[in-house]
Amino acid sequence: MFADYSMSELGAIFAMQGFAGLILFSVFVLMALGLAIIFGQMGVINMAHGEFMILGAYVTYLTSNLFGDYMPALFGTYFFVAMFLAFLASGALGLFVEWALIRHLYKRPLDTLLATWGLSLILQQIYRSVFGAREVGVTIPDWMMGSLPLTDLIEVPINGIFVMVLAVSISIAVYVMMFRSTWGKQVRAINQNRVMAGAVGINTEWTDRLTFGIGCGVAGVAGSAFTMIGSTGPTAGQLYIVDTFLVVVFGGAGSLLGTIASAFSISQAQSIMEFFLSGSMAKVLTLLVVVGILMIRPQGLFSLKLRK
Amino acid sequence: MSDQNSESENNHLSRRAVLAGGTALTASLFLPKNLRAADFPTAEVNTTGLAVTDDTVTIGILHSVTGTMAISETGSVQAEKLAIEQINAQGGILGRKIEYIQEDGASDWPTFAEKARKLLVNDKVASVMGCWTSASRKAVLPVFEQHNGFLYYPTFYEGLEESPNVIYTGQEATQQIIAGLDWVNQTKGAKSFYLLGSDYIWPRTSNKIARKHIENFMEGCEVVGEEYYPLGHTQFNSVINKIRLRKPDVIYAIVVGGSNVAFYKQLIAAGIDPAAEKPIVLTISVTEDEIRGIGGENIAGSYACMKYFQSLENENNLAFVKAFKEMWGDDIVIGDVTQAAYLGPWLWKAAVEKAGSFDVDKVREASPGIELTTAPEGYVKVHENHHLWSKTRVGRALADGQYEVVFETAELVEPDPFPEGYQ
Repeated sequence: MFADYSMSELGAIFAMQGFAGLILFSVFVLMALGLAIIFGQMGVINMAHGEFMILGAYVTYLTSNLFGDYMPALFGTYFFVAMFLAFLASGALGLFVEWALIRHLYKRPLDTLLATWGLSLILQQIYRSVFGAREVGVTIPDWMMGSLPLTDLIEVPINGIFVMVLAVSISIAVYVMMFRSTWGKQVRAINQNRVMAGAVGINTEWTDRLTFGIGCGVAGVAGSAFTMIGSTGPTAGQLYIVDTFLVVVFGGAGSLLGTIASAFSISQAQSIMEFFLSGSMAKVLTLLVVVGILMIRPQGLFSLKLRK
Repeated sequence: MSDQNSESENNHLSRRAVLAGGTALTASLFLPKNLRAADFPTAEVNTTGLAVTDDTVTIGILHSVTGTMAISETGSVQAEKLAIEQINAQGGILGRKIEYIQEDGASDWPTFAEKARKLLVNDKVASVMGCWTSASRKAVLPVFEQHNGFLYYPTFYEGLEESPNVIYTGQEATQQIIAGLDWVNQTKGAKSFYLLGSDYIWPRTSNKIARKHIENFMEGCEVVGEEYYPLGHTQFNSVINKIRLRKPDVIYAIVVGGSNVAFYKQLIAAGIDPAAEKPIVLTISVTEDEIRGIGGENIAGSYACMKYFQSLENENNLAFVKAFKEMWGDDIVIGDVTQAAYLGPWLWKAAVEKAGSFDVDKVREASPGIELTTAPEGYVKVHENHHLWSKTRVGRALADGQYEVVFETAELVEPDPFPEGYQ
């Protein structure tokens, strides 16, 4: 397969392929972080995660239209505003959903699966009614499109770099919130022992709501970023949900580090196999390996020691 | 969900259609004379108990208006309603107004079969305009064959099918593929092709035909890669790197749905600008509808090969686009399948009038040889094999989301659903 190519060409291709793997890794991290917070820290299986992402994408679409119409001079910067608004919108919807739906189901974790699945269908139909069944085209500022030629042969996509930077910043932000803030301490306390945490005066109800909201907000930011690489339509969220759960479950629920490690291993495996095999086969093999490992290690790659 | 359109809505729509009806007027010039219901007693034109009265005939519309496929099928529903409205404005079929019952297939194949059965058995509709994906067509096929219904199917598809109960108004694979490959070879000098597709029957069958044609019928040409990705796949960086490595002259892409958007965005982000034509991007799966989601600026310069583009400059099409926009709004775009869906009611009308009857058996018998001079795509004719003779065109995508037609076959291309030497 490689006989006809010179060393420099091969080197360039492998460099770019390595980069493609890193982009996929960043995409997985962005998708999974919000779900990892919710699933890992609260035990809520949020099937509507994809729809919270798409809300962020639609907010980005609206913001781009707004800037295009009223502030064309600032169009190049709208994306940052859009991501912030996406966080607020998805986060606010998350707070509302927790208040209206999720908090009544904490004692019935399997029912949250059904309820959030229903929620995802409702949200899809709302998007369809409001924005139309067709996908909307989000105009991306020019500076974010195209590629950066590093050498004659190696070109890296600018939006890929953007997604990587974003994934790293959000991971750091989540880490700081989780392990350096009072809220994070409370979340972890509740995760370890809910009753005890309540007894020492932690407002578990409010902490839960905030956790859910932040998880959804992070999903919104991810959705906003994905307008650069994917489609924005009522059902586009469904494209991400399987991979998202795969990453979180494989990493071990409850462990953010596990999520990142799992995103890394799945993305690298997939990207390397995609290069040597066909796309569909790569997916099949990735899933097989993941299933195999989960059979041996049902708790996932990393797991927290919990007092049960 | 079903809605039977009321009489008052009908009248209201008719008036609008008359105002809108450039196409209707053009079409009426070709009619022998205004047919009156009294000349065609119901007992004679309907011997099999279909939903035909002295002044109405009921047909079914069966598409997904909810679920994943709603994105694509909405345009077909709109086109069919426009055609029905225009036919009614001209006085209907055999003097009878067309009424329709619309059912929602909900992007779910068993639902399609169930709704088809409902339309045929309970509602006794005289014909059905419907389906979009091959999967939905395969699901309803046994129902139509069992209950002797008559389906007009609008989508370009993989071929390998010829049902007595279906008229295929879109192109089958060889019609769409061969002319485009020859064109890119002859005018652009392309020799090597990278075939790419979503992983299901249509892209796979189409690429199989493309590969056979490239390897057996195009001198000195070769396929340097063939690859499929699961439906809904959103990460194409690996395949883009492989394409870079293989350096094909043409990327032949049959990617569908949300994957489409991801593919073109990532292609341009990776520095492969279709407008530079290095390599040339040739697709058979992106109509004007899909471009709306992809963004014209991301796909400008790619070539698409199909039978219809909204920008076609002929009288029929100008009138059709005008009427369509008046009915459904100015910012709407019309893709290949939408136009093919628009042909359905007109072809059925022509067949019924030729047969002088609504009976499915007689309409079937009358169908081959039916000609339509008023089709927006130009002259079409129904083949013995229930597909349409039609021209194939190549369009170059523009940044405003339209295609500029750069090539069209001189003659109509014969439909060949079971192509010899291609299987």
